[in-house]
Amino acid sequence: MLFQPAIIALLLASGLAVLMLAVAAPFAVQVIRRWDIASGSELQLALERRTYLFSTLLGFVFAAQLGALLLFVFTADRLSVMFVGAMCAVGTLNVNGYGFAALLTQIGVFFLAAMWLTINHADSQARDYPLVRLKYGLLLVLLPLLAGSFWLELQYFRGLKANVITSCCGSLFSGEAKTIAGEASGLPAQPAILLFYAALTAAVAAALVHWRHAGRASGYVLAATSGGAFVAAITGILSFVSLYIYEHPHHHCPFCILKPEYDYQGYALYLPLFVATAAGLGAGALQPFARIPSLATSLPRLSARLAGVAAVGFSIFSVLASYFVLASRLRLLE
Amino acid sequence: MHPWLEKQRHLIDFTLAALARRKAKNIGLLAAYALLVFVLASLALFTQALRKEAGFVLAASPEVIVQRMVAGRHDLIPPGYLDKIGRLRGVQKKEGRLWGYYYDPVVSANYTFMARPAEEVASGSIMLGATLARARGLQLGNLISFRSYAGKLFSFKVAALLSPDSELLAADLVLLSEEDFRAFFDYPAGHYTDIALSVANPQEVRNIAAKLANALPDSRPILREEVLRTYQSIFDWREGIVLTVLAGAILAFALLAWDKASGLSAEEKREIGILKAIGWETGDVIRMKLWEGVLVSLSAFLLGFVAAYIHVFYFGAAIFKPVLQGWAVLYPSFTLVPAVDGLQIATLAFFTIFPYSAAVLVPIWRAATTDPDAVMR
Repeated sequence: MLFQPAIIALLLASGLAVLMLAVAAPFAVQVIRRWDIASGSELQLALERRTYLFSTLLGFVFAAQLGALLLFVFTADRLSVMFVGAMCAVGTLNVNGYGFAALLTQIGVFFLAAMWLTINHADSQARDYPLVRLKYGLLLVLLPLLAGSFWLELQYFRGLKANVITSCCGSLFSGEAKTIAGEASGLPAQPAILLFYAALTAAVAAALVHWRHAGRASGYVLAATSGGAFVAAITGILSFVSLYIYEHPHHHCPFCILKPEYDYQGYALYLPLFVATAAGLGAGALQPFARIPSLATSLPRLSARLAGVAAVGFSIFSVLASYFVLASRLRLLE
Repeated sequence: MHPWLEKQRHLIDFTLAALARRKAKNIGLLAAYALLVFVLASLALFTQALRKEAGFVLAASPEVIVQRMVAGRHDLIPPGYLDKIGRLRGVQKKEGRLWGYYYDPVVSANYTFMARPAEEVASGSIMLGATLARARGLQLGNLISFRSYAGKLFSFKVAALLSPDSELLAADLVLLSEEDFRAFFDYPAGHYTDIALSVANPQEVRNIAAKLANALPDSRPILREEVLRTYQSIFDWREGIVLTVLAGAILAFALLAWDKASGLSAEEKREIGILKAIGWETGDVIRMKLWEGVLVSLSAFLLGFVAAYIHVFYFGAAIFKPVLQGWAVLYPSFTLVPAVDGLQIATLAFFTIFPYSAAVLVPIWRAATTDPDAVMR
């Protein structure tokens, strides 16, 4: 393993997060079994008090998760000098099989955590905490995921030994590769552009519809289109947006756009994309509870607001991506 | 203003006033916090600057150095070896280098002697590194004698001092002509110490190294990127070791934060009780306490980081120098180029703000859920 401060920090953060959730788990079981809002017993009072602790704690864990995701990509990028043939984060993540698995799991955990926080917020708006059992049930589901993500990260860092020959971004994203990333970047520019704009337009449209009238069906559609738009957006970044930013017809790397050489343009793209996707998925996650009487007024308002955020985020992302493409001196399509 | 922002603004106002009411307690915590950030930030800034310096220094070194090995030990390059390498596609220049070490009993230090072509250094004269010249009190035009390993005395005239910009590399360097070098060390004719190759295309370096290893199985090609990587690992490792040593301090700080946050005075408890009695909810109290944490963290981080920056780049990191940079009798004096980067700050935040927040969460909750009647009675 490499003895590197950023790696120690990452392992510390995700280890502590798993530990905190593990400490919360017995309490979650207790809530699921003993929660009774109508009761005035001492146990119920104690449980109600403790829900405050655990919502705060989870908010903290998930905020840390988001920070850790960024730090993970940063670290991978910085470590690339340690490996022969690795030129950026892609090469470093490819040093062993756990790298990309760890990254994808972290992104997954981030979105699930965002959905959990949305449900938690909706629940705290109602007087009778109608979703409390479900919330803590989901918490128990998140725990193994978080632990798995920690395990993958640990395996990845343990397997890092400086000097292993890896493929650099050029050879990984060169189209012949059979990985998901390889296939996506192998998409020729024209269909990728069509897919990109179709998916983003669909997501913005669904978000606007849901924003105007927060119905149940439109909420589910919004979640589905948001997920689709996220995949299409990443595919688009891999297959044409990054090419235009680098002004190089074969450089498909999704991480180099985060670097200072390219004016940190990647942050301007990824930030609205992640926020919009999280908001869209959150709005969808709320829909199953729209019929609960105590949530009937607050929930549509919350989900409409999330739809607004999603619409704005996806629009900013599309406008920026189009701007980067138009401002580039590279011409892919005649 | 948006009602949510308005609310947060008032919470911050209230929190600041509350912090100011208990100055002594909070300043103590702030000082400990800032000290921790200072120590960790000094460490991070200093190693980062050293890494950068190593990168600058190596940028101008040859891409590949070829050594000959005999029984696993570095040996001289025999005559004809250079020709055996032949013409390698991609190699712009190859030259045999002559260098060696000389122990000077006067300052009890090793010098590096290196031969340069006659156009650069005339026979009978030498060029000196600045640190060495300082140690021996030499100036331009002075004469200096060295007693060679064979026992003969050689006198040289100091023809030039090397520029102080290159001090990190040239601290103990003595440049002399090839003829003088061979005479001084009794170096066998036609032999060289090693071979330096310049390669134009960085992506070809590994192929060339592979070809060399094939053509000359007794050679050891050393690549510049390998040297650079080794330096990076050494500094990473040193930083990691110091960090592990400091882990105790981080833990101690987390305990202190926990203790400070849970040891609420009777007055503070009463205050929370009154707040709740006049209509604050548990969530509001938690939010207020979180703001308190954010304010304390940010000010401590800023204070500690600025102090560390001054410590490293204006005072040369006096505290960590002995551990991190290594030592030598003729140690070059060099100034670090100030550099701050995002990864360092993010890592630092994870080492300080994260443990602090984790430590104060439970005490905050405990304070926020106290019953008003229990504390006001």
